[in-house]
Amino acid sequence: MKINENLAISESGFLFNPSTGESFTVNPIGAEIIELMKEGKTEAEISEKIIKSYEVDIKTLQKDLHDFSEILRHHQLLDQYEETKN
Amino acid sequence: MKKQRINIGVTGLNAIDSPGPGIAVIRGLREAKSFDVRIIGFAYESMEPGIYMHDLIDKTYQIPYPSAGTDVLLARLAYIQEQEKLDVIIPNFDAELYSFMKLEDKLRQMGIHMFLPTISQFEERHKVNLSDFGEKYEIDVPLGKAIYDSSEIFGLQKEFDFPLMVKGKWYDAYIAYNMEQARTYFNKISAKWGLPVVLQRFVHGTEYNVTGLGDGNGNTIAAVPMRKQFITDKGKAWAGISIDDKKLLAITEKFVSATKWRGAFELEMMKSNDNTYYLMEINPRIPAWVYLAVGVGQNIPEALTNLALGNDVEPFRTYEVGKLFIRYSYDMIVDRSEFEKISINGEL
Amino acid sequence: MEKKRYERPHIVKLDSGMPGKFGMRNDSPPTTHIDGVAVTELVEKYGSPLFVISEHTIRSTYRKAYKAFSTRYPKVQFAWSYKTNYLPAVCNVFHQEGSWAEVVSGFEYDKALANGVDPGKIIFNGPGKTASELMKAAENGSLIHIDHLDELYLLTDLAGEMKRKPLVAIRVNMDTGIYPMWDRFGFNYENGQAWDALNKIMLSGKLELVGLHTHIGTFILGANAYGVAASKLADLALGLQQKFNHTIRYIDMGGGFASKNTLKGSYLPGADTNPTFDDYAEAITTALVNSGFKPESLPLLILETGRALIDEAGYIITSVLANKRLSTGRRATIIDAGVNLLFTAFWYQHPVTPAQGFSQYREENTIYGPLCMNIDCVRESINLPLLNKGDKLVIHYTGAYNLTQWMQFITLRPNVVIIDPDGTAHLIRQNESNDSVSSLEKTPDYLIGIK
Repeated sequence: MKINENLAISESGFLFNPSTGESFTVNPIGAEIIELMKEGKTEAEISEKIIKSYEVDIKTLQKDLHDFSEILRHHQLLDQYEETKN
Repeated sequence: MKKQRINIGVTGLNAIDSPGPGIAVIRGLREAKSFDVRIIGFAYESMEPGIYMHDLIDKTYQIPYPSAGTDVLLARLAYIQEQEKLDVIIPNFDAELYSFMKLEDKLRQMGIHMFLPTISQFEERHKVNLSDFGEKYEIDVPLGKAIYDSSEIFGLQKEFDFPLMVKGKWYDAYIAYNMEQARTYFNKISAKWGLPVVLQRFVHGTEYNVTGLGDGNGNTIAAVPMRKQFITDKGKAWAGISIDDKKLLAITEKFVSATKWRGAFELEMMKSNDNTYYLMEINPRIPAWVYLAVGVGQNIPEALTNLALGNDVEPFRTYEVGKLFIRYSYDMIVDRSEFEKISINGEL
Repeated sequence: MEKKRYERPHIVKLDSGMPGKFGMRNDSPPTTHIDGVAVTELVEKYGSPLFVISEHTIRSTYRKAYKAFSTRYPKVQFAWSYKTNYLPAVCNVFHQEGSWAEVVSGFEYDKALANGVDPGKIIFNGPGKTASELMKAAENGSLIHIDHLDELYLLTDLAGEMKRKPLVAIRVNMDTGIYPMWDRFGFNYENGQAWDALNKIMLSGKLELVGLHTHIGTFILGANAYGVAASKLADLALGLQQKFNHTIRYIDMGGGFASKNTLKGSYLPGADTNPTFDDYAEAITTALVNSGFKPESLPLLILETGRALIDEAGYIITSVLANKRLSTGRRATIIDAGVNLLFTAFWYQHPVTPAQGFSQYREENTIYGPLCMNIDCVRESINLPLLNKGDKLVIHYTGAYNLTQWMQFITLRPNVVIIDPDGTAHLIRQNESNDSVSSLEKTPDYLIGIK
């Protein structure tokens, strides 16, 4: 799972994908996760980081993270090249 | 003497190919002789072009769709009022008028004035009730009937004859040439705008429009008739010309005095081949082509604002005949950050 | 370090026309309390799902309705429509406020008697009354509203065996300009059936004609239709006066007033557009006052309003069981209250609010009930905060018809509580158990055991 590195997220949660021209809004935790993905963190590292700072159990988080990456894929925000290679 | 500055909220900033009236209204307000303005735009969607026209609009706020209900709208307007100290709001969409009329008293308590038709005027002139309206005020209207089931069309085909008009409660109108088409349009319209759907007898002839303003006491403050010169594929006027037609003006005055119409309006008239004028539709608001009226000497947005504020307004007596309006489209260059601001914060 | 409140990660695409959060924030504030009682507390004590009735809302709605009519007309009487909600506690709130009872079956008739309603203040409507039910009601002096000629003949026959003359009215159906026109109940006005039935009653001499009744339809959004109906009933009453010198005691306008619910397919919310009690009252009383009645002989005006008096007083508290994503990427939430409890979800877009605070992020949602049935959908499309399993939601405007039309289907029915005006909750219907269902079931010996 690799996020498209060109994505620009503003502080207000406005996300612009320069390669498709599409715009999105993302909530603060979503923005945080995307930033972590851009840094190249693995799913395990991301969960660890989130669990430390948020009131959430691992099962819920894993389910939500999985759902979130599905939706990122749905919106073509994951790196297509990386995707096909995996 | 320095002119008074008035803060006015305006909706209908969608200056697209089938435009809302907002931008034309604002141009009229900016040219007003009796006051200066600060214009606050109200937008529903983040791509309404007016949001980005900073030479015309000082600040824009997103407001909730009418379907969210008046409580939500009032809460948003209260927030905007804290920032902007509005004196007047001019709503320009059919679908939002009902909500604004319902809120008229509450907005007045907040210091915001409007000049809208009464709820009963609004209901009475509704497409669904147009036949009764014509009968009551002795104005010729085409035969029409509101139906709730597509099977009713079959029983009515003798009365109506094909082609007939199939119209939605709020928007949309199609010409049906046979039963199949009528049913298809019924389904299409009812899915989008709900029931009832209106069947109207088709009148062959030439279309004329009148925009005007009634003071609520039966006096016509403004009235400018126009003939469409060029029509888009959506049936909107792309160009039109002001005309001198005494009969159209007489019908307009009759309409205003009989209903004691309060506020702006647009009458859609059809002059049939035997020279009868039929009133096809009454729009209870300013039309998108109102800038023609401003251009020929009747600044309807300015007069409406003065009426809303309780000022005396002298009726316009004349206008220039034979002036054209020709609409054009124009590409603005907008930075992404502006789209971001309106999308995320709901303000720009 | 204290941990931050968790919210699901959420991303939504901005379509060209799509508004930002302000355009989309068309949701109401959270409903954390009902009449001062915390939703969490109610669930802890009574479980989820839970039906909650607000006594305060019933009484204030009733008083608003009564005032709308009584300030415009001298003699007004409401009769509580039992089929709308016949839990005894609910009925008795209305009876305490002064309502008579309006029933449509022997079952409901007995319920009204058991609630202590004076039989002379029970109106017996409906197309399916049996001979024994008619006998009982007539001998008790209840008001029998005749639906069809067979019933008229039956009651005329039975009248011979009775100690007192049955008190009757006829139900009249008519064209009031609304669609659909209800013509399956009662006698038609336009084709003369109604006048014919009235003549038969008067000439038989065995029944005492005391009133005229109509019920023009349900969820009527145009108040004017009631004006038309009232005029037509007034015409019949005046006709009776002229021909038989007979004065009826009352005109019963039935029910059918819309509540604040929003019908599916409506563009504007019902709370904004549906007529108010004042609108209905204005139409009805104007028609009666302007008809040919002499001011001193205006008949009593009876109203059988059900839905509009109780819908807003009912809530369902429900819990999120799961949320999932549909194949289109759309969010779906599964809750523990389905159409088995919320029959009216087939017609209305019931407002649904969260019972706890949330951030400003919202997503488009479909709400499904817990039944393993495709029809079990509570809202096809609604903007809701990012819900987690276990979160509570409150479904609004559920007081009418759901507590009578709910189904014991797939699962058992939950507790029902009423909150009194002091903010105390009382259980008014116990949740069902397996026993309460299976105790009615009989299994022949040879089908006991599966070996």
